Amino acid sequence: MKQEKLQIHVIAVLVEHKPGVLYEVANMFRRRGFNIESITVGKTEQKDQARMTITVNGDEYTVEQIIKQLNKLINVIKVAILEAGNMVLRELVLIKIHTSDSKARSDLLQYTNIFRGRVIDVSPDSMIIEVTGDTEKIDAFIELSRSFGIKEISRTGATALNRGGKVIRE
Amino acid sequence: MTKMTGAQAIIEALKKEKVNHIFGISGGAVLPIYDVLYDAEMRNILAKHEQCAGHMADGYARVSGLPGVCIATSGPGATNLVTGIANAYMDSSPVVSITGQVTRAAIGKDAFQEADIVGITTPITKYVTQVKRTEDIPKVFKTAFYIATSGRPGPVLVDVPKDIQQHSTDFEFHDSITLRGYKPRDNPHPVQVKRAAEMLVKAEHPMILAGGGVIISNASRDLLKLAELMMLPVATTLMGKGSIPETHPLSLGMVGMHGMAQANTLILESDVLLTVGARFSDRTTARVDGFCPDTQIIHIDIDSAEIGKNVKIDLPIVADAGKTLREIYKLVVKKAMTNEKSPWHSRIQQVREHYTSELERDSQSITAPAIIRSLRALLPNNAIIATEVGQNQMWAALHFQSLEPRTFLSSGGLGTMGFGFPAAIGAKVAKPDVPVVDIAGDGSFIMSAQELATSVLEEIPVIVVVLNNSMLGMVAQWQRIFYNRRYSGTMLHDSPDFVKLAEAFGAQGIRIGSLDEFSQAVKNGLTSDVTTVIDVPISPEENVYPMIPSGKTLKDMILGA
Repeated sequence: MKQEKLQIHVIAVLVEHKPGVLYEVANMFRRRGFNIESITVGKTEQKDQARMTITVNGDEYTVEQIIKQLNKLINVIKVAILEAGNMVLRELVLIKIHTSDSKARSDLLQYTNIFRGRVIDVSPDSMIIEVTGDTEKIDAFIELSRSFGIKEISRTGATALNRGGKVIRE
Repeated sequence: MTKMTGAQAIIEALKKEKVNHIFGISGGAVLPIYDVLYDAEMRNILAKHEQCAGHMADGYARVSGLPGVCIATSGPGATNLVTGIANAYMDSSPVVSITGQVTRAAIGKDAFQEADIVGITTPITKYVTQVKRTEDIPKVFKTAFYIATSGRPGPVLVDVPKDIQQHSTDFEFHDSITLRGYKPRDNPHPVQVKRAAEMLVKAEHPMILAGGGVIISNASRDLLKLAELMMLPVATTLMGKGSIPETHPLSLGMVGMHGMAQANTLILESDVLLTVGARFSDRTTARVDGFCPDTQIIHIDIDSAEIGKNVKIDLPIVADAGKTLREIYKLVVKKAMTNEKSPWHSRIQQVREHYTSELERDSQSITAPAIIRSLRALLPNNAIIATEVGQNQMWAALHFQSLEPRTFLSSGGLGTMGFGFPAAIGAKVAKPDVPVVDIAGDGSFIMSAQELATSVLEEIPVIVVVLNNSMLGMVAQWQRIFYNRRYSGTMLHDSPDFVKLAEAFGAQGIRIGSLDEFSQAVKNGLTSDVTTVIDVPISPEENVYPMIPSGKTLKDMILGA
């Protein structure tokens, strides 16, 4: 198969909410040589169902194979691709940033406001900022924070929904 | 509601699935199950190694079309099953494995004979689960058998902690189950069927490639009907062997790396290839960009993930093979256009005649092909052949003409040496009145030779034909051709003495020195109460042809030295 253009794809996966399912899904990716860019998992409004949002960087062939292989897993209930133009995607990041003096603190506060972020912890020489947004926004904020000195980062990976009335359900 | 122990519930669940035979070995973590089996009207065939118990269940399943069941204890018992399970997975065989597990309280503590068999077998099973609560046993087993046998069949493993087997509770058994994440689709889409029919009708060089899916779906008759109606030549994969009688005028034999020259030649000339239940493995396609680049490919498979995985497909049909073939037949039968005198059929005849002499040369000396052809003549049509892996397997595929489905058992996907003999034992359990012969090599047979004890003690007589070249022959063939005859790690010398080995287990062993002696030995084996091992010394220099070197295409077929 020819290598086509690589592109980020967002896949929503409804699964049985029980032990071992994350392992099954992750193991399938490993076993078939597919790479996961990010994966998020959480319970849904349906009893015993969880929803994963998996982002992958691949060509059309690879994404098609991923979807087919996901569908083969017995504990996977539903698989859907979220179309780039027709979804909302959010990621959350917590960044612990070095703040050497009051100027650094006030500069950082300004940036945080511009990014509609929040300060959630302050210590004498660092602050933890929370920013929510799409992946590019998070990347941009992290880039901006570098000048202060990043002490630690934890980001959640992307979670996403279709816009409008369209839903992904069993 | 019935009150019983978990172990009793497991056997009850097996009864409800109409399981009559189990292949397995007892052990600490399955003691409660085996204690119930002691009184149950269910036969346990005590294998000597769990891997072979897995292969026996696999052979049983392939021959009968029913799920094959094996049991192993926790830890090493379970890990020994792994090759058996992986083998069943690659060849889509409905093997249900039951493993004991340490008690729930001990799980995760690295207890004695604890192994994470669920984790280990996740990538090689269709479904694997651990029973978490005693009362779940009926549901878990119903699910296991349903998944193993429906859609594209495959192995399922159920891991049962020992305390769950011991615990008594009330059980409720159900006759069916629905799973929200598993709904195999078996009816073909009418539009796709119509398009397939149109493509076939318009084709000038149409052809069928039949895989193991035809056999699994019991669609051989449907395949033959369509092939005869449209005069479509039929090539098969290794797994598809037996889907059409290989003596049929339309049968071209196996295609692929060691495929029949006529099949390899003609498939490249086809303009529409109706592929049924085959997955375009690398052993079938050879280098994939050289596989039918100018052919329009119709692909019928019940597993949608096989569509477009290895080869670009022009028309996919995700459905049961038999149902789809019957639907296509209904559409094309109205347009009777059978033409035996078409240029395509003259061409098929020409290719066939050109290569026939290749196969039949040198038939008097003891060569592997001569032995296998003579074996065919000695056996009834319904005889079951199992093969090991390597030269013996390819010779069997090329020279043993299979006449009925479910009569040729071979480790196609995983290529497991040591599969054939235990598979033959499993097959004989399923069909006790049918002769079963394992075509083996010396290297493969020694990998599960300890099952001679099983065949003798359990009174399951089969015949093993050891094509003995004192080598790991297929690897040696590659070393001869591509590695300057440097036989590294392939020389087996003359060890063991297979006659004495057989006798040591209470089986009969015989070494033959001529084709007449071979006939006599086979005839004798067919009436024997114990397993017969026929040691057939062959030249270590004998190669399997045709062959396609790795990285080459079907066009690059080598016919002989």
